[in-house]
Amino acid sequence: MKLTLRIWRQKDRDARGRMVAYDVDGLSADMSFLEVLDVLNEQLTTAGDEPVAFDHDCREGICGACGMVINGVAHGPQKLTTACQLHMRHFKDGDTIDVEPWRARAFPVVKDLVVDRSAFDRIIQAGGYISAPTGSAPDAHATPVPKVDADAAFEAAACIGCGACVAACPNGSAMLFTAAKVAHLGTLPQGQPERPSRATSMLAAHDEAGFGGCTNTGECTAVCPKGIPLTVIGSLNHDVLGAAVRGR
Amino acid sequence: MTTNPGEFVLGEPIADTAAPDGPLAERWTRRRSTGRLVNPANRRRLDVIVVGSGLAGGSAAATLGELGYRVRCYCYQDSPRRAHSIAAQGGINAAKNYRNDGDSVERLFHDTIKGGDFRSRESNVYRLAEVSVEIIDQCVAQGVPFAREYGGLLDTRSFGGAQVSRTFYARGQTGQQLLLGAYQALERQVNAGTVTMHTRHEMLDLIVVDGRARGIVVRDLETGAVTVDLADAVVLASGGYGNVFHLSTNAKGCNVTASWRAHRRGALFANPAFTQIHPTCIPVSGDHQSKLTLMSESLRNDGRVWVPAEAGDTRAPGDIPEDERDYFLERRYPAYGNLVPRDIASRATKAVCDDGRGVGPGGRGVYLDFADALERLGRATVEARYGNLFEMYERITGDDPYQTPMRIYPAVHYTMGGLWVDYDLRSTIPGLFVIGEANFSDHGANRLGASALMQGLADGYFVLPNTIGAYLADGPFPKLTPKHPDVVEARTAVTDQVRRLLTIDGDRSVDSFHRELGRIMWEYCGMERTDAGLRKAIELIRSLREEFWARVKVPGTGAELNQSLERAGRVADFFELAELMCVDALHRTESCGGHFRAESQTPDGEALRDDEHFSYVAAWEHATPPVLHKEELAFEYETPSQRSYS
Ligand SMILES: Cc1cc2nc3c(=O)[nH]c(=O)nc-3n(C[C@H](O)[C@H](O)[C@H](O)COP(=O)(O)OP(=O)(O)OC[C@H]3O[C@@H](n4cnc5c(N)ncnc54)[C@H](O)[C@@H]3O)c2cc1C
Ligand code: SF4
Ligand code: FES
Repeated sequence: MKLTLRIWRQKDRDARGRMVAYDVDGLSADMSFLEVLDVLNEQLTTAGDEPVAFDHDCREGICGACGMVINGVAHGPQKLTTACQLHMRHFKDGDTIDVEPWRARAFPVVKDLVVDRSAFDRIIQAGGYISAPTGSAPDAHATPVPKVDADAAFEAAACIGCGACVAACPNGSAMLFTAAKVAHLGTLPQGQPERPSRATSMLAAHDEAGFGGCTNTGECTAVCPKGIPLTVIGSLNHDVLGAAVRGR
Repeated sequence: MTTNPGEFVLGEPIADTAAPDGPLAERWTRRRSTGRLVNPANRRRLDVIVVGSGLAGGSAAATLGELGYRVRCYCYQDSPRRAHSIAAQGGINAAKNYRNDGDSVERLFHDTIKGGDFRSRESNVYRLAEVSVEIIDQCVAQGVPFAREYGGLLDTRSFGGAQVSRTFYARGQTGQQLLLGAYQALERQVNAGTVTMHTRHEMLDLIVVDGRARGIVVRDLETGAVTVDLADAVVLASGGYGNVFHLSTNAKGCNVTASWRAHRRGALFANPAFTQIHPTCIPVSGDHQSKLTLMSESLRNDGRVWVPAEAGDTRAPGDIPEDERDYFLERRYPAYGNLVPRDIASRATKAVCDDGRGVGPGGRGVYLDFADALERLGRATVEARYGNLFEMYERITGDDPYQTPMRIYPAVHYTMGGLWVDYDLRSTIPGLFVIGEANFSDHGANRLGASALMQGLADGYFVLPNTIGAYLADGPFPKLTPKHPDVVEARTAVTDQVRRLLTIDGDRSVDSFHRELGRIMWEYCGMERTDAGLRKAIELIRSLREEFWARVKVPGTGAELNQSLERAGRVADFFELAELMCVDALHRTESCGGHFRAESQTPDGEALRDDEHFSYVAAWEHATPPVLHKEELAFEYETPSQRSYS
């Protein structure tokens, strides 16, 4: 299989970037998309050129490190699939594929396809946790959690923090990411005491980081590799409103 | 100085592991209640560096922060939440006995000692089993969404090497959920100002001053700046070294550099040859392969492993009638069936493939079949239990496991070896503590499934925060400046190595060397090892290493994000580790757990231990030739026996 890749090359944060075309040959349908980039990088390296920088680690769709816009879609054409789990059997021989970094005001490009997503960590710092210092916990069976709640919490907790939702959003909003954490913790009995303050503080950190507001376009959930549903944003709004009513 | 392949010197034995004596069940309580403490006001004046933000490092940094120490935590990823622990699938063990199926701390202790083939320390393993119970409580309090039953209580499942159901899980994403719990606790401390997090930073050396670990040299992976961080103690939580084999189930960035640098600075490296090959991974599909994907051990709860009874049978699996199949694990190990420990399942798999009965391209695969489970439980139940794993399998292979059996083959997965630590998790360098997969401590020659998460969190939440106080009670240690000659020396060593890698300007990529090194290790230091093979491997490693330092091509500069340079440094350390692994494997002429020496097997092909000569931990000192220090293992409560799972 042979492909033309048009890839965003940018030397560092301050440099201007541009798309550069590369031909890559000898690919197989069993390869993952990142393995194609490996092949290209091997080719570039032996030719004395600089390989393309991209974030990746687990290559199993769980660490959230990889992320690139492939043919205009965050993580590429395959639904519920991260770039590392995208396999070449979904492309045709001779295809030209565009590869770009996440583009969002709050995610500056560091180099080539690598962006700075530290704003996500700052949102979590603002309240994306339950305060349970080590050693203070009661027996795990002290509070049964109805299975439906446990399952709903799990669904929301499945977010891998990749940032595709932000890249896809016309406003560069991180509401899906933020709300997923609010919904995860707010669904569990352990998460109740901090529930009102959590949503408000996380939202403030979200806005502070330069993410845009949510106008319900739903582009986020369409590209989310973990299928985080739009309804989590509803529960965030509910918590924020609840906090406002209580005057917190 | 060159040495003969496998040559080593016998050094002084390790006399003291700092384990308390007295009844096994009271040791940890006694250590906790009599250990020296640091008063809260002093903790604010003590700096602790934690390298790693996985389950071990994340939980340790958070807990040390809660205690009031000034903590700085490092990881090479762009966020601490991406540490390799995130990928753990199956579950975490704990002796809760919520099922009333006869589980207890004693039984978990027994299973772990036996599973490790009697090559671990009783005191440590007992403590691990004891602490396991608190881990589940802690994680639930943090909001970890474990699987629950309809009554609202926690669900469990069975893992290999156990006859009870003690594995807690969160669908197939247990590691992710546990790590997010630790990550959130960590970020809470960042917010509280007790922990400073440094992402995209790689530790490249350890700073030792007056015999104490006093800091680290780090490279900022974005700017390339090489700086030093000085502290009162250093905790390594940098994970395992399975990527020495190039292809493994580990994340691409997993490396030995932090541990290896500490080893070069004087920390002993224990049992480097003890590596775990996991039986159920997706087979290699071609030369482009960049990593291997695990199919969780939990699948063996319901999946049945088989191959055609006859060699050379190329029919599709569905066309092979029941009586022409060999369910070889069930046949050989009726008591545990498909749930035998990993080392045993892997070797049995290799044996049937060596017999010519393997399936799929190259004959390196066996079936993991869910047809019976689907019939017995129905699709909905199978989907609820394993849905995400089935999807992952289909995404990678293009085959649907609901229709055709999965094909699996063993792959490198975990490293039991690591830096030597005593009962208090102290390495042989005062002030250097090692936790999680990076240490060698609890799993002997083979780790049981779902026990790494348990150990990482035991070390990080409960053990280290309790034992580090005794060391720090003597601090703060004399103030150091970056101008101290030992600090300058360490920093210069790092900048020199970076420069050297960049100036070779050869014609071969780092990856091509890593791939070749991996092939050598898999061939000669993988599932089966022999005297001749290991000697050959050492020679091959040496000549490849020489070639690496003459021909490697690292494009770009040191003053920017340079992923080739990062990998080059890691591969350089893998070369040195690889040789030590072979030396260790060569010297241990017995078979035990994951270490299988073809020369030492029972008539039916099981690992044959040699307790008379090898009932010890092999702790290696860095020297040419390497120096072996033995820690003899004393079994007061368990009686080493030939493991039997049949
Ligand atoms: C696919 C897979 C599935 C698994 N499933 C299970 C399971 O179900 N149950 C179970 O018990 N175990 C499982 N394991 C094993 C388990 O996940 C690991 O042993 C465990 O998570 C290791 O945790 P850790 O904290 O020691 O290290 P890691 O999670 O590997 O973290 C290492 C940390 O160190 C940092 N680091 C490394 N080197 C440097 C450096 N030089 N400088 C700065 N930072 C550095 C990294 O950035 C990272 O933050 C699985 C392993 C794999 C590969
Ligand atoms: S919500 Fe989905 S797209 Fe957004 S960060 Fe989480 S997993 Fe990625
Ligand atoms: S590399 Fe981990 S999610 Fe893609």
